[in-house]
Amino acid sequence: MTVASLAQKIIARAVGCDHVAVGAVVTARVDLAMIHDSGGPRRVAPLLAELGATLFDPARVVLVSDHFVPGDTEEGARILALTRDWARETGVTFHDGQGICHVVLPERGHLRPGMFVVGGDSHSPTGGAFGAYMFGIGATEMAGVLATGEIWIKVPETILIEWNGRLGPGVMAKDIMLALCGRLGMDGGRYQAIEYAGSAIAALSMQERMTLANMAAELGGQTGLIAPDAVTADFVRRAGGDPGDWAGLVTDPDAEGIEHHRFDASALAPQVAAPHSPANAMPVGEAERTPITVAYLGACTGAKYVDLEAAAQVLRGRKVSSGVELLVAPASRRDQDRAAAEGIMSVFEEAGARVLPNACGICAGYGTHRLGAEVTCLSSTARNFRGRMGDPSSKVWLGSPFSVAAAAVAGHIADPRDFLAEPAVSGLGGSV
Amino acid sequence: MSGRIFLLGDNIDTDQLAPGRYMGGGIAEIAAHCLEAVRPDFAAKVRPGDILVAGRNFGAGSSREQAAEALRHLGLAGVVALSFAGIFYRNALNLGLPALVAPDLGGIEDGDEALLDPMAGRLTLAAKQAEVALEPLPENLRPLLIDGGLIPHLKKRLSAGAAKAGRP
Repeated sequence: MTVASLAQKIIARAVGCDHVAVGAVVTARVDLAMIHDSGGPRRVAPLLAELGATLFDPARVVLVSDHFVPGDTEEGARILALTRDWARETGVTFHDGQGICHVVLPERGHLRPGMFVVGGDSHSPTGGAFGAYMFGIGATEMAGVLATGEIWIKVPETILIEWNGRLGPGVMAKDIMLALCGRLGMDGGRYQAIEYAGSAIAALSMQERMTLANMAAELGGQTGLIAPDAVTADFVRRAGGDPGDWAGLVTDPDAEGIEHHRFDASALAPQVAAPHSPANAMPVGEAERTPITVAYLGACTGAKYVDLEAAAQVLRGRKVSSGVELLVAPASRRDQDRAAAEGIMSVFEEAGARVLPNACGICAGYGTHRLGAEVTCLSSTARNFRGRMGDPSSKVWLGSPFSVAAAAVAGHIADPRDFLAEPAVSGLGGSV
Repeated sequence: MSGRIFLLGDNIDTDQLAPGRYMGGGIAEIAAHCLEAVRPDFAAKVRPGDILVAGRNFGAGSSREQAAEALRHLGLAGVVALSFAGIFYRNALNLGLPALVAPDLGGIEDGDEALLDPMAGRLTLAAKQAEVALEPLPENLRPLLIDGGLIPHLKKRLSAGAAKAGRP
């Protein structure tokens, strides 16, 4: 049997052949297409009409409203209304106001190992955490997929990023990603497949793995894969999906086109990235005492259940500093409900945080809560491009949920490990 | 049609090309704010036929295709860069906006008069009597650009398919 990478195996199945060579341009059938309210119906419906085409298979299309939620602007409300109308007309599965697409998709059992999936959003590589080849495309290309069920792809090389050892207390997947952005740069992924491996990755929960896959986008990868294991299968089953036969979904030793990197998780300190690029990463100690006025816990990258739980470890029994506004936008309603049931939302409330809707919110720069002029923010999101989250003069630092919580309490960037009284007993491992 | 070169640096991202606060609006509004954070006079100054030349990783970030659509709306003849972010590159060609990779940008200056020939893979700097060789467009994308983008291309393909299917 021909040796192959995980990416090659998934793509070959989607193409309908035994093997695809790295570098070949092939046409693949998609197992699922995910769209949201911004790049979805309002953009693709007119294009489908122009083509005189209908959906290739409504059962393979999932729509999520998250960008213009809660519809607090006139145009946002109009776009949401249009989105809902289209969902009714087409009969696609629609998760309305349930949270951010990349978190809602797996939590509702839509993803399973080995799938070939496109998403109308750049953080679509998140699905790679489940051993699915998932990547982001624009609306015109999505219209083509919705009409034909097919897309072309150049079979990628694999950038295999191995993390061995074990993350220390107060260090998360987000810190791994910021460190990688600093080391490899925002185009280090060369639009190839990134694959994470090693004992430190195997020890992570699914939501932590999702953070790694999600930020493959910031490394410039097409997707961010993690070979499925028992943790993956367990998550998929709990979400109501069928993990199928995932045992062979691994990158074979000696597969072609592998660029190998190895890192030691045990030596990693919490990281922050200075404005205006995730690649401006440094250990948190080098930025300590940088004053902030906004702390943002949000986005698919940084406000999943596991992120809320981490922040709460720091915030429990503490108050947000008087000069700081802590904004919390849980990534999905389900994650927020679970956090509420476990007392985590009460921790935020007692600390003085303000809770925002389950939506992309400030991270996408949409809506009414954008950052004002000259604001300095530490954010658990993925991108800190100039002006993305608000006024062009605002300065956004990136950090983990631990670090965002620590800065909210301190009033400046601070090492979150100083706020964790005892070694973190957390949901970072296990089945989350 | 020749135009002038607007020279930009590395990592020009989609939030600069299509700022989030205008994303609820139409393409004219987005285009009016295109690149304002890095080059405030860009939208006002740019004329049809002008060419954007940039460094590495042009179009990093979001999948929002308004980033490419805004440039097309402003009449840009195309974008030449040392490298492109993957999603932007696909979006640009899907929208019929030429995106070409240059091995190096030596000799190209802001304001140069130039002519872009995407199919030949050539940027001609008329006043300097210089030519910059660009990487050829991938074979599978040439028909797309010739047809003016993915939608016209698919229209052709789908109607050809329908005609074939309708034949006895």
